[in-house]
Amino acid sequence: MESLEQVKARAELAVPGARIDIVPNSGPSQQASLLLDNEHATAVVRFLCDDPALRLDSCSNATGVDWLDRTVKKKVKVKKLVDGVEKEVEETQEEFFPGYLEAVYHLYSIAHKHGPLVIRLRTPDRAEGARLPSLTPIYRSAEFQEREIFDLYGIRFDGHPDLRRILMWDEFVDYPMRKDYREPDDYEYEPTPHDDILEKAKEHHSARPQLDGAENITAQQ
Amino acid sequence: MIGSGILKGMAVTARNFIGSYFEADRLITVQYPEERSPLPENYRNFPFLIYDTDDAEAGLRCVACKICEKECPPQCIYITKSNDKKPDYLGKPQFYPAVFDIDISVCMSCQICVEVCPFEAIKMDKVFELSRRERFDALLFRKRELAKSNTYYHRIHPVEAAEVDAKLAEAAAKKRPAEPAPSAVATPSPRTSA
Amino acid sequence: MTTASHELAQSPPRMTSRLDGELLEVSMGPQHPSTHGVFRMNVALDGEIVVKLKPVFGYLHRNHEKIGESTSYLGSMPYTDRLDYFCSMTNNWAYALSVEKLADIEVPERAEYLRVILAELTRLQNHASLLGFLLSDMGAWGTPLMYAFREREKILDLFESLSGSRMMCDYMRFGGCRVDAGPDWMERAKKVVDAFPRFLDEFEKLIVSNEILIVRTQEVGKMSAELAINAGITGPMLRACGVNYDLRKVDGYGVYPRFKFRVPLGDHGDCYDRLMMRALEMRESIGILKQAFEQLPAGPIMNPKVKLRAFRPPVGEAYGRIEGPKGELGFYLISDGSPNPYRYRVRPPSFINLTVLEDLCLGHTVADVMVILGSIDIVMGEVDR
Repeated sequence: MESLEQVKARAELAVPGARIDIVPNSGPSQQASLLLDNEHATAVVRFLCDDPALRLDSCSNATGVDWLDRTVKKKVKVKKLVDGVEKEVEETQEEFFPGYLEAVYHLYSIAHKHGPLVIRLRTPDRAEGARLPSLTPIYRSAEFQEREIFDLYGIRFDGHPDLRRILMWDEFVDYPMRKDYREPDDYEYEPTPHDDILEKAKEHHSARPQLDGAENITAQQ
Repeated sequence: MIGSGILKGMAVTARNFIGSYFEADRLITVQYPEERSPLPENYRNFPFLIYDTDDAEAGLRCVACKICEKECPPQCIYITKSNDKKPDYLGKPQFYPAVFDIDISVCMSCQICVEVCPFEAIKMDKVFELSRRERFDALLFRKRELAKSNTYYHRIHPVEAAEVDAKLAEAAAKKRPAEPAPSAVATPSPRTSA
Repeated sequence: MTTASHELAQSPPRMTSRLDGELLEVSMGPQHPSTHGVFRMNVALDGEIVVKLKPVFGYLHRNHEKIGESTSYLGSMPYTDRLDYFCSMTNNWAYALSVEKLADIEVPERAEYLRVILAELTRLQNHASLLGFLLSDMGAWGTPLMYAFREREKILDLFESLSGSRMMCDYMRFGGCRVDAGPDWMERAKKVVDAFPRFLDEFEKLIVSNEILIVRTQEVGKMSAELAINAGITGPMLRACGVNYDLRKVDGYGVYPRFKFRVPLGDHGDCYDRLMMRALEMRESIGILKQAFEQLPAGPIMNPKVKLRAFRPPVGEAYGRIEGPKGELGFYLISDGSPNPYRYRVRPPSFINLTVLEDLCLGHTVADVMVILGSIDIVMGEVDR
């Protein structure tokens, strides 16, 4: 398969106005991804699917990721005046990345047996009504997976034929896979009696019933 | 002829049925609990703590390092370190667990606690007939119930126990290289360079 | 929460219109002997013909992915056993492969061969059980199922004496396998594999020319290759439509390129082809196993550089996939340098293969729905995670 830069160049030619960035992957797996802008995403993916050299006809995996607001500290060498002499000093700079929700798609080609090409779509922020274009009209396999992303992360997909909750029950209110999801602490479970689990359970559950004497019953000899 | 496929299938079933009276291969039912199939050596169920010698308190290998508690995926181990120390098998004073509980209603027998224990103190047991009459406290195994002797370990996992004993003996030998050989001490004759 | 989330949180669209008194709405499941777990289908019937079908699942949702975010990489390995609980070895391998891709870990040769041997044994017992289950669903009252389980017991006994547990093996580690297989285990495994073709011949005589099976599965649930590719179907279901896509050949992960085996393909894409795919794949698996037993080298089974505790892969992400018995099983991991993954995602083959359930069932009778569902081969542990 051609390199990401070539794919990006050809896609930008085919879909005028599309803004595609390459998101590097610092790990050893060398699976860098293409970040697409939300307005032209459907057109770009349609190009990727139909283009005869790429023919990425199968969306193997669609997943959501939640990125919280991050402050990344970097050590940067800066030229500074120290006692009248210009020196290079190491300084810690902070960079603030606002949080967003992301949908990541792994595209493979069954016709040409190559892949993967990783596509990312980002929402502007982590607000309640975050929307992204749906790739279900192009790849049917994204249908259930986008429903799952909606169910667990709260991203609305425009153009999805049947967007409703899939794994949680329909009246469920929150989005469980978000990083700031707070579990309810009145689960119906039998707690292992130690530490904070016991404290939480004492607030919600009544005291344990007394043993009823059944443990004294033995087999007749 | 229509139905010949079904008749062929019925011939297979008949052969299996009649064959179950003659071939051991075809009669595979084990009449539990009157007969039990033997468990393989490697079979694992819930963990247990090992103590050397016969004293469950003094010979307990666990030094309450809490590594198994940290690594346990469902967090079913609960350890409280003691305040005093007692000597371990090498003679070095170590902490010991004042409380060591495993909640077997949570434990999934993944044996990660066994893999990460640096002191060979926790191993996998083989008991599976563990029904209790009560769901809460009866399924929380405390230290008294978990501690079993090294001889028990040899009985249930002979190959593994032999390896563990060899490893511990090697570690003990490395720690005490200056100790004189027992034969030289027992005989009163002058020592030879043996 | 706000009203915006409530607007879509209403009950699913009504299946039948109030004025149309002829359609019957049936909920098949979640308690049903043939739905392969807790699985529900809202079916709208016109007499006996299926007009609309909406699958409903989530009854077995155990938030496996969220647990993965708060557990270390090693601690998630026992949880992967419980995804597709029939095939715990292949689940372990897919996860180990993804972490090895993430952290660039090499696996010694003997461990790769052991992985192949155990994965193919898993494939054998999974396909045998599936054929047994499908036939029970069709009304064969458990006889083929018990024959299949008789063979499955032999394979599970092998797993038990190797890894300690029949189904939840927790056997693979990052950089190799946990326990080495001694020569007596190899002998027993060879005996099991040598006895397997006899069982397969007998089983095929039991089912292949059975008229009831042929009538109930041929021309039922036909799927075109284009729909299969577009819907992300993988595994024997895709190959039954004639698409030659087997990850063992395409990706060539592990040491699979060293083995000679064929990939069976189907012509029609109906239930009968899907059934036969599994029967033929079992024979190919036996071939792979025999070659692996011959070629198995001696040597270490773990990469000594990998730490067991405090394992921190470098920052980055990786997607690793294998050809599981049910389809393409993939793990997508994002690491931020800490001992726990930042995002841990399972790509479940059964979940995605269910996308086309409605398309396959439209126009068929209610009885065919069970046959089609059985031929898709789902396990709810994987669908719901």
